[in-house]
Amino acid sequence: MCLGIPGQVVEIIDAAKHLAKVEISGVRRQISLACIVSDSHPIESCVGDWVLVHVGFAMSVINEDEARKTLELLMELGEAQKELEAMQSSEQN
Amino acid sequence: MKYVDEFRDPELAKTLLAEIERLLPKIKTTSQRPLQIMEFCGGHTHTIFRYGLEQLLPKTIELIHGPGCPVCVLPMGRVDDCIALAERPEVIFTTFGDAMRVPGSRKNLLQAKADGADVRMVYSPLDALELAKKNPDREVIFFALGFETTMPSTALTVLQAAEDNVKNFSLFCNHITTVPTIKAILDSPSMQLDGFVAPGHVSMVVGEEPFHFVANLYKKPIVITGFEPIDILQSLWLLIKQIAEGRCQVENQYARVVATGGNSPGLAAMASVFELRDYFEWRGLGSIDQSGVKMTEAYSHFDAEKKFSMPNLKVADPELCQCGEVLRGAIKPWQCQLFGSACTPETPMGALMVSSEGACAAYYNFGNLQEIMTLKEKSIS
Repeated sequence: MCLGIPGQVVEIIDAAKHLAKVEISGVRRQISLACIVSDSHPIESCVGDWVLVHVGFAMSVINEDEARKTLELLMELGEAQKELEAMQSSEQN
Repeated sequence: MKYVDEFRDPELAKTLLAEIERLLPKIKTTSQRPLQIMEFCGGHTHTIFRYGLEQLLPKTIELIHGPGCPVCVLPMGRVDDCIALAERPEVIFTTFGDAMRVPGSRKNLLQAKADGADVRMVYSPLDALELAKKNPDREVIFFALGFETTMPSTALTVLQAAEDNVKNFSLFCNHITTVPTIKAILDSPSMQLDGFVAPGHVSMVVGEEPFHFVANLYKKPIVITGFEPIDILQSLWLLIKQIAEGRCQVENQYARVVATGGNSPGLAAMASVFELRDYFEWRGLGSIDQSGVKMTEAYSHFDAEKKFSMPNLKVADPELCQCGEVLRGAIKPWQCQLFGSACTPETPMGALMVSSEGACAAYYNFGNLQEIMTLKEKSIS
């Protein structure tokens, strides 16, 4: 029940009922966008959004900046570790 | 898959494990006992087992599996109520898949279906509403369960049913709340937890604020976490950093999905359709105040509990069942006397062996079974 899956909004089916076609792993399904539409983010602007889908509802628009920031942070951490290792194990003879 | 694969990267896992190993010795208590971190949510338990994360971690950190699996904590009496509803000839009883094999006192929903009850698996409550529209001469009941994660979807479906004036649709509401449960665990004298991996999708709905009490009142670090292996490892790193630096805060590791304020449309729908029950019965944990929701008066015509009569009996677990102790984190699944013998995924005695998020099912399916059974034999002798 906790397992949400990312998908991309491809077209609006019924704006009044907030229904859209979302592509999830190559499969297209009718999904409700009721939880992600707002005055500042009307239904038409949802096309192209990456969303987390949960039991037939898009529950969150995946924040691509935050995703990138998280991954970059971890990759930098990895590089810093490698630098440290290289410093400590460098042969000086 | 985008936004999934990147968070399964083995290189990033190595980085995080190295950081965890570097930090753990800095925490003085780890010389006497391992750090005990609880992941509340069944979805997190599932990831931990699927990727063998516990085996990758040093022995100075122990993961305690919490009761955050809504299927696992369903009391047998409620399952019996489902079956009673499903056995009514006019009813089409719809449910999520993993609830179908949870044992009731006589049978489970799948067996009830085999015996002739019209039980149908649905992916979404919206599918149940469609069924109601297509079958006007039948009563369609949706078995609504889950924590706050699935409350918006259920609530929005009820609102749509009201808008479309559908008369033959109702919910059997078994939604439960996270905060009172976490509080009950923190209040338990036998628990000695050092930090929490907080449920990411509950938080996606309710935001960060409901978890502040853990850091402010109970002085434990808590990190809102995603569901891929890298998410969990990063959260453990953040928790260990907090402990090493003497901080206790709410941090959001899952910022790509969780907004600080949660999901407004979802919360608004929930506030219209649901209200707190005074108390609710949990399998293995007994009665917890304000831990369940029921439907508001305004939507009572969609409430199966008002529309239909049902046994509504409190049924005790089988005597040998130790589900409660596993759910509380008091024992590990393999320490249960029935694990692997009388209780297996094919012949489950309790819901923890049935649900895809149950700790016992996770241990059985993904753990090293031989190693586990050896440990079990040693602990008995």
